[in-house]
Amino acid sequence: MPVEQRPFAEVIDAEREGPDPPFDYHDYVGTRLRAPKEPLVIIPSTLTEVTGPAYGESAIGPLDNDLTRQHRGQPLGERIVVSGRVLGQDGRPLPGQLVEVWQANAAGRYLHAVDTHDAPLDPNFSGAGRCLTDDDGWYRFTTVKPGSYPWKNHHNAWRPNHIHFSLFGRAFTERLVTQMYFPGDPLFEYDPIFNSIRDEQARERLISRFDLELTEPEWALGYRWDIVLGGRDATPLEEPHHD
Amino acid sequence: MTESLGLSPSQTAGPYLSIGLLRDVITPHVVDPADPRAIRIRGTLLDGAGAPVPDGMIETWQANAAGRYNHPVDDRAEPALEEGFLGLGRSGTVDAGRFEIVTVKPGAVPWPDGGMQAPHLEVGVFARGLLKHAVTRLYFPDEEEANAADPVLSRLGEAARSTLVAVAEDGGLRFDIRLQGPGHTTFFAV
Repeated sequence: MPVEQRPFAEVIDAEREGPDPPFDYHDYVGTRLRAPKEPLVIIPSTLTEVTGPAYGESAIGPLDNDLTRQHRGQPLGERIVVSGRVLGQDGRPLPGQLVEVWQANAAGRYLHAVDTHDAPLDPNFSGAGRCLTDDDGWYRFTTVKPGSYPWKNHHNAWRPNHIHFSLFGRAFTERLVTQMYFPGDPLFEYDPIFNSIRDEQARERLISRFDLELTEPEWALGYRWDIVLGGRDATPLEEPHHD
Repeated sequence: MTESLGLSPSQTAGPYLSIGLLRDVITPHVVDPADPRAIRIRGTLLDGAGAPVPDGMIETWQANAAGRYNHPVDDRAEPALEEGFLGLGRSGTVDAGRFEIVTVKPGAVPWPDGGMQAPHLEVGVFARGLLKHAVTRLYFPDEEEANAADPVLSRLGEAARSTLVAVAEDGGLRFDIRLQGPGHTTFFAV
């Protein structure tokens, strides 16, 4: 193999500091053959990276943010409201953000051919939702609390309850796919995916909190979770260039 | 900036991303496949053992055929926006790791310090086993001159560079993505 030139005078290690987990995290077995092992090549934020897709109202159906009303009957489980604001790092709300979510049903089973966990499917629950944030950056979903499930990563491995979230942010550099967790989960300390985030404060930013104000009397418990989006790279970059 | 909130960290999309992300709104068709300019880009997502990754997802982001991004930050008067062109493609890899994007070749776009970048797609890779998405770029094999002058490609060694240039095949393009191991794709920190 020819000797590689050092690109842009520097490369950074894939294990760079920042809020995100490293690619290479041995305890999560799935990373071993999939994590990129070589240093990432730094490129400056060009027009390609400081732009990104935005979706309008037309993309969203009226019941897309209510996972309990997508079938003839109601799903089994503990009904919950999950809501919060999508913010930039400066605290300003990000309106019009597409938020896509997916999750297991209350028994801990996904509606997916690959999921072979011996727990019942729910004919009234598909587990997918989406919405756009409003003018103040708020999103809101009605769903049921997802169950824990075993995942064979190691002996007796169980995932903490979680909901998957996907957001685009204002630019390609702000793209985020992550998971929201529930407060007080006893499985946190055993979960390599959660613990792959090395910074404890960053980990805790993925845990929602119970919110009595979001809780609807005689109907559903409320959980509050804010999402902060920004450039992912820990190294300072130049201001976006606009011409 | 007086306040700086901590970013929400990334977590893996896991094996079931198709439930939430491979639905009806965002599709592999950046343009209508009937568009006479349409190019079919096919590839396979491969792991470090060379095995296909059947539970992943590829996203592509690009300028339109004239080189304009459909985004407020790209506030140039020219080139013009194109009605109905957003620039995002999304394909699962459910079929034995294979993905397919139907799009148009974007125009050249500016480089921050002046000059132009060769036509390219920004590519995001998501899968179980990726704790955060990996970012790469796809360049076009029929743009030899622009590729040679491209500020990203021209600073890479030949092996790293060659992983970013698609290959003409069957009237379309082929672009395999190797997450690790021999011939691994070059990934970027952006």
